[in-house]
Amino acid sequence: MEWLTAFTHDLQLSAPALWHGLSITLKVVIIATIGGIFIGTLLALMRLSSIRILNLIAQGYVNLFRSIPLLLVLMWFYFAVPFIYTTVTGNYLTIDTALVSSIVAFMLFEAAYFSEIVRAGIQSIPKGQSAAAYALGMTYGQSMRLIILPQAFRKMTPLLLQQTIILFQDSTMVYAIGLLDFFRTNYVRGDLMSLLTQYILFAGLVYFTISMLATYAVKRLQRRLSV
Amino acid sequence: MNYTWNWGVLWQSTGVGDSTYLSWILIGLGWLVVIAIVAWSIAMVLGSILGIMRTLPNKTARAIGTGYVTIFRNVPLLIQLFIWFYVVPNFLPGPIKSWWINDLSAGTTALISASIGLGLFTAARVCEQVRTGIEALPTGQVNAGYAMGFSTAQLYRYVILPQSFRTILPPLSSELTNCVKNTSVASLVGVSEIISQMKTISEYTQNTIEIYTYVTIIFIVINVCLITLMTLLEKRLRVPGLIAGAK
Repeated sequence: MEWLTAFTHDLQLSAPALWHGLSITLKVVIIATIGGIFIGTLLALMRLSSIRILNLIAQGYVNLFRSIPLLLVLMWFYFAVPFIYTTVTGNYLTIDTALVSSIVAFMLFEAAYFSEIVRAGIQSIPKGQSAAAYALGMTYGQSMRLIILPQAFRKMTPLLLQQTIILFQDSTMVYAIGLLDFFRTNYVRGDLMSLLTQYILFAGLVYFTISMLATYAVKRLQRRLSV
Repeated sequence: MNYTWNWGVLWQSTGVGDSTYLSWILIGLGWLVVIAIVAWSIAMVLGSILGIMRTLPNKTARAIGTGYVTIFRNVPLLIQLFIWFYVVPNFLPGPIKSWWINDLSAGTTALISASIGLGLFTAARVCEQVRTGIEALPTGQVNAGYAMGFSTAQLYRYVILPQSFRTILPPLSSELTNCVKNTSVASLVGVSEIISQMKTISEYTQNTIEIYTYVTIIFIVINVCLITLMTLLEKRLRVPGLIAGAK
């Protein structure tokens, strides 16, 4: 198996770069998930509010992001982030543009999907809970923060995690804007060393293993939480 | 930064023959439609077969269906397309490989790889919807079918599938819109579909905001059209007597 030995030999040399790529991937996924859930929750609250204008804004946001491809969103932000930064501050962006725009793009894109999950989660809490909170004299903010959201998040944690696994897989799309995440690092190294086949298959195997284990863990969690 | 606005960019000449940038966008849109139709056809046929297999009493059939879904749902779409484009041709038998590499242009191989890759990826999703649809049927339907003396094939043909396909239309239409959106990934293996045309035009003209906006609008229009069509279809095919069909 010369095919494999050449690859395993090169893998030892490329390992530091691959680890770095993986750390970039995880950075994008983790920051985008946390930010996405935060913005998504705000959107869900807007969507459920009785103020019509907030309702329409949230609805428009979700529909817009759900009808365009992720790739287009990434390219928009890769172009727009430095542009807006320069217009607003008058300086040129000195930090890693690809990384910042990837994180912003994923955060705003996934927020649309997270908001639908959060909305369903809030709606699944029985009306009596919020009625009881109001009866105790709580304000809207208190009832949401102390009563509704803690219960809703407990219910929807598995769904949010599942969406994070999808985000982890979709993060490979940063390939399009040249960010050296785990997949692109594999691709570049494989192309350089004429080991493209091996590196692509290796990357596929790594993503497969992580996603499968994570899905399995989420399913177990779901069973525990659903009791 | 000075930005020169030019919303008429689409009607400008490209300098290549007498084509305008609009015609480049339309070519891209054409390839989008081609990939979407091929991929969706593959996904519907294969996905239905696999979905049915996952509900059969036969253990091997179920294992094949489950294995397929596990693999194709856990590998990112981009990597799947790269595998079909860069990896699989290396393992083709001799004559087919030389035909693939020498006689077909890079654009054609990219187009075929992307369509097949997207089709097989979407098939795993369609499979899950079909399986859910079948499992959601009341067991009484199946029992009644067997009691009438139907074979398993007849049961699926006359009792299960006509009902379940109608109930899963809403999730299937959302898979269809996903499939159309995912065609954009084909631009990364070199298909000149709408996203890559958009990129080229924005590099040629520097009117990035305008051209990105036009493409964004095109995607929104496609999405609205698909959703409207599927809603009409759902209304026509609704199963009378079910709660969803009560309206």
